Amino acid sequence: MSYVFSQAVNALQLGSIYALVALGYSMVYGIILLLNFAHGDIIMVGAYVTYYAMTSFHLHPLVSVVLAVVMCTLLGVVIEKVAYTPLRSAPRLSLLITAIGVSFLLENGAQLIFGTDTKSMVQEPLISGSLTLGGVSITYAALITIVVSVVSMIALTILVQKTKLGKAMRAVSEDMGAAQLMGISLNRTISFTFAVGSALAGIGSVLHIASYFQASPMMGSMLGLKAFVAAVLGGIGSIPGAMIGGFAIGIVETLVTAAGLSTWKDGVVFAILIVVLLLKPTGILGKKITEKV
Amino acid sequence: MKTNRIHIPMPLRYIINILLTVALWGVLIALIAEGIITNYWSGILVTIGINIILAVSLNVATGYLGQLPLGHAGFMAVGAYAGSIYMKATPLGDLVRSGNTLAGLPYIIVALVLSGVVAGLFGLIIGIPALRLRGDYLAIITLGFGEIIRVVLTNIDSVLGFKFTYGAAGLKQIPKISSFTLVFICVALTCLIIHMVMKSRHGRAILSIRENEIAAESVGINTTYYKVMAFVMSAFFAGIAGCLYAGYLGSLFPSTFKFMKSIEILVMVVLGGMGSMLGSVLSATVLTVISESLRSVGDLRMVFYSLALVLMMIFRPKGLLGSYDFSMSRILEKALGFIFRPAARKEKKKGGAVK
Repeated sequence: MSYVFSQAVNALQLGSIYALVALGYSMVYGIILLLNFAHGDIIMVGAYVTYYAMTSFHLHPLVSVVLAVVMCTLLGVVIEKVAYTPLRSAPRLSLLITAIGVSFLLENGAQLIFGTDTKSMVQEPLISGSLTLGGVSITYAALITIVVSVVSMIALTILVQKTKLGKAMRAVSEDMGAAQLMGISLNRTISFTFAVGSALAGIGSVLHIASYFQASPMMGSMLGLKAFVAAVLGGIGSIPGAMIGGFAIGIVETLVTAAGLSTWKDGVVFAILIVVLLLKPTGILGKKITEKV
Repeated sequence: MKTNRIHIPMPLRYIINILLTVALWGVLIALIAEGIITNYWSGILVTIGINIILAVSLNVATGYLGQLPLGHAGFMAVGAYAGSIYMKATPLGDLVRSGNTLAGLPYIIVALVLSGVVAGLFGLIIGIPALRLRGDYLAIITLGFGEIIRVVLTNIDSVLGFKFTYGAAGLKQIPKISSFTLVFICVALTCLIIHMVMKSRHGRAILSIRENEIAAESVGINTTYYKVMAFVMSAFFAGIAGCLYAGYLGSLFPSTFKFMKSIEILVMVVLGGMGSMLGSVLSATVLTVISESLRSVGDLRMVFYSLALVLMMIFRPKGLLGSYDFSMSRILEKALGFIFRPAARKEKKKGGAVK
């Protein structure tokens, strides 16, 4: 019983991080139809910021967390301004290749600056201790991860549905030209979307390092790819879809690991992606778009 | 248009090109024999050759067909493993070690064809479902397949119960077949076959899909067929490159064929200019030489790579050469015209726009 419970917590913990990252993918794709490959690497940067703030500068954990989220947000906006804005009218392929380039630039830059080794924070965890409730125990890290991601998702939903900026975002993703004619500032809205997506990635990075205590230059690429799978699974461009997808991938991965097949887990995740793309290319909650001539 | 070009008839063009290729081979092999190209550099020549095959084959899917497959390393891996497992099962290893490579030639040819066919088969299996999707989704699904191939190669032994790919420990003692001459022949054949296909009506059908898929479909081109065909052709040559790669290094590890490898090949195609064979050849050559000379600064090399990719996309999205393609005969024709028909030249100068 307690084994099942702890596995369920693991699945939710992992799933909520995937969901947060997937939301960033989904939002950016929804607005400018770009697969932002660099999104996963923003998490890597966030993890390093947290690590150095905590271990080298001995900042208060809360300050480190805020610093990491702010840095991620800034990074996301800078990437958008420098690399993606000049290409807004270029073919989609160019944009996609640029995103891949930015992603590799971040990874290799991190390797150059921080070294190739994995930095471990086991000695100085961000959140320590655990809560015992009626025979089953749950670490505070897991609890906070799940709570924070659920709260962030609710906040995001309110932001997109109820605020004026959210309305602008939805309008731009619906029809960029028409939105512009209605007086919506395209640049501001897109930058804002990147900022929100990257802030979510920042939160994800903090939660990731709190849960798994590690930072390495390549951590973002696999995490990002899997979060992207989650976004596709749920239906890219849809916020609740990204959440469902994230949790689904977390559960599947935990199940595969629990079955003792942890070396196969990446393969299984991608196999799910392929099956989903073939059976329902728009994902669970995605909208079907018919191409007009 | 009145031109001062002299037309060279078709068979003569092929003969000229064949002669030039053979001459290039002769010069290079003589330089190697004389020791002017050292052992180290002839090794790099082999790497360049392999990279040229990879770039030119990816160019078929990216440049000519206009899709973005991100799993090219997967096809290379399949070809490499298929070829090496076959070569290890034959007496080729002993023949190569005793210096009797010529006697092993039939095995080598079978290995190369086999690796190409197996990779092509995987291309077919992956291409049929994947090519139903467009743009980004195609990129992602091929990426997924590439990763799955790698995971399977790493873990398949524990499922099969016997040593097949030797997992992460690596497949070792593969006969070292990839001499400079063999790689050179493969490069020449790859370029020739792809060139001939692209100049045929099939090639034009593939190009028309890139330009506008809906329009192509409406003029009666079987778009699915041609998309799969280009994809399989691309995978076939990637498999051959993989086999040569295995035969050059003598050992294979699944970790070589990560997502990064696919991107490295993509960078070659993009830098050279999508849709230009000469571009792919040149950029594969230049990038291999650069990355070999930057080997001492490992990490910086990749920073340079990725920065080049981003800057290229921002400032010159069509690549260095765009879709310009090189034709020796065209240059010859122009040169001959320049020499033998000065009258036409004068007229052009005088008239400005002679139509």
